[in-house]
Amino acid sequence: MIQLENITVQVNKGLATEQTILNNLSASIKVQSFTVIVGANGSGKSTLLNTIAGNIICKDGVVLLDGNDVTKLPDYKRSRWIARVFQNPLEGTAPNLTIIENCRLAALRTKNKYLKIGIKKSFENHIKNQLAILEMGLENKLNTLVGNLSGGQRQALTLIMSVLDDCNILLLDEPTAALDPKTATTIMQLSNKLIKQYKLTGIMVTHNLKDAHAYGNRIIQLQEGKIVKDIEGEAKQQLTSEAMFNWF
Amino acid sequence: MSIFFVTAIILGCCLSILSLGIFLGIKIFNIPDITTDGSYTFGAVITGVLMLQNISLFIILPLSILGGAIAGCFTGFIHTKFKVQPLLAGILVMTGFYSINLAIMGKSNLPLLNVSHFFNTQIIKIGNDTFSELFNQLLICLLIVGLIIFLLNYFLKTDMGLALRATGNNESMANAVGINTNSKKILGLAIGNGCIALSGFLVAQYQGFIDVNMGIGIVITGLGSVLIANTFIKWFGVHNLLLQLCCVVFGSIVFQLVLAITLTLGVDTIYLKLITALIVLSIVAFSNSKNQQAL
Repeated sequence: MIQLENITVQVNKGLATEQTILNNLSASIKVQSFTVIVGANGSGKSTLLNTIAGNIICKDGVVLLDGNDVTKLPDYKRSRWIARVFQNPLEGTAPNLTIIENCRLAALRTKNKYLKIGIKKSFENHIKNQLAILEMGLENKLNTLVGNLSGGQRQALTLIMSVLDDCNILLLDEPTAALDPKTATTIMQLSNKLIKQYKLTGIMVTHNLKDAHAYGNRIIQLQEGKIVKDIEGEAKQQLTSEAMFNWF
Repeated sequence: MSIFFVTAIILGCCLSILSLGIFLGIKIFNIPDITTDGSYTFGAVITGVLMLQNISLFIILPLSILGGAIAGCFTGFIHTKFKVQPLLAGILVMTGFYSINLAIMGKSNLPLLNVSHFFNTQIIKIGNDTFSELFNQLLICLLIVGLIIFLLNYFLKTDMGLALRATGNNESMANAVGINTNSKKILGLAIGNGCIALSGFLVAQYQGFIDVNMGIGIVITGLGSVLIANTFIKWFGVHNLLLQLCCVVFGSIVFQLVLAITLTLGVDTIYLKLITALIVLSIVAFSNSKNQQAL
């Protein structure tokens, strides 16, 4: 469960260029739900996601994850609950590390990284099975540098990496914006599958209204830092793409 | 003449640990860590001053590494806590350590005469005295370098080492997988500068004196070695970490040999630093022009 209480994020506070990105926003997101956030550019979608992830530490308001107050925790400490997929497919993986090395770090997301070698045969086999789900042949390239993979492959790898360790919340920041239509479909289906299979709480920011229509059981529209539409469950299923198109 | 080249190789081995430290720094920040000039001298100063007090080298060794590590921690701390650019943070610490080194030494130059050091240990006796001495010096250097490569290779493959490499490679990924990138940067700089100080420890003994100015521009020597190594790594497509570390050592030896060859051509030693700068410049220019062709 994610609870956001009276979140306000401002930039250039006190200056002539002061701008309110999130305006006294409150929301509560249920466990094992899949929420889609839409809104025009500058409406505060990414800021909202970054506030949950801890990239942005909000000065006004409270962020609770599973009842724990994490308002002041930096992003690397919130990774105990949260896994992320970024808009830029290159951001979620380390290019000069091999696939297996990236996976090893992801498998330790909630744990300490000690002075011992953790990449062993048993670990490799475990990762091979996980990567086989992708049907991209990555399981046979464990020692390939991630920098040699395509953007789509790297985004898929980031997704798999997010479930290698205990994970409650998956944040997807326009995960398909930089991908070709076919790869984008693959990534969206995979995200949906993993959210269901691992019983995750998913939050996705997207500009793609088709995806916003097809996936998730709740849709939130942001405008000038406020929630202007919040449609859940049955009502969300009955929503048409055309109706959503008219919101903008 | 051949002795001249063997001494260049031995010096290259001593400085190769410094190059490994810089290699590590580049892995973390993508720029060479300027603290080097200070921490290298600091390692040498600790070594020289304590040697003159007749303290065992086996106590001095960890102390000089620790000294370098502390210098690295300062740079890391200034960078992460005060948000100072790593380049500037390194320059600040380097500048500060100049005074610290001078204060510890009391004067700008100290000869280390009549004290026993690593390089007059005899492991095996081979051939005549001169040959045997050189051979043993080289052997000692290679043993130490081998040990450092082994330790670094092991460390970089552990989970903690992976976290360190990820920090330098992609910070947002590192944060997303729960890595405290600030503490990893400080750790990396501490280890790197520990290596650099170890080089100071060896060179102080090898050259038989310490000088407060011995570190000036040493970062360029290390950088040049790493650049030579990177050229090899690219040419031969070396992915194996252990081999990459060996390339750095090889690069350091090549660098010293190139310097030695230039000096045998009759160039005045006054121009040593100028030649060093020119060699590094030509390597950078060469590798950049290659890259453009590749694109």
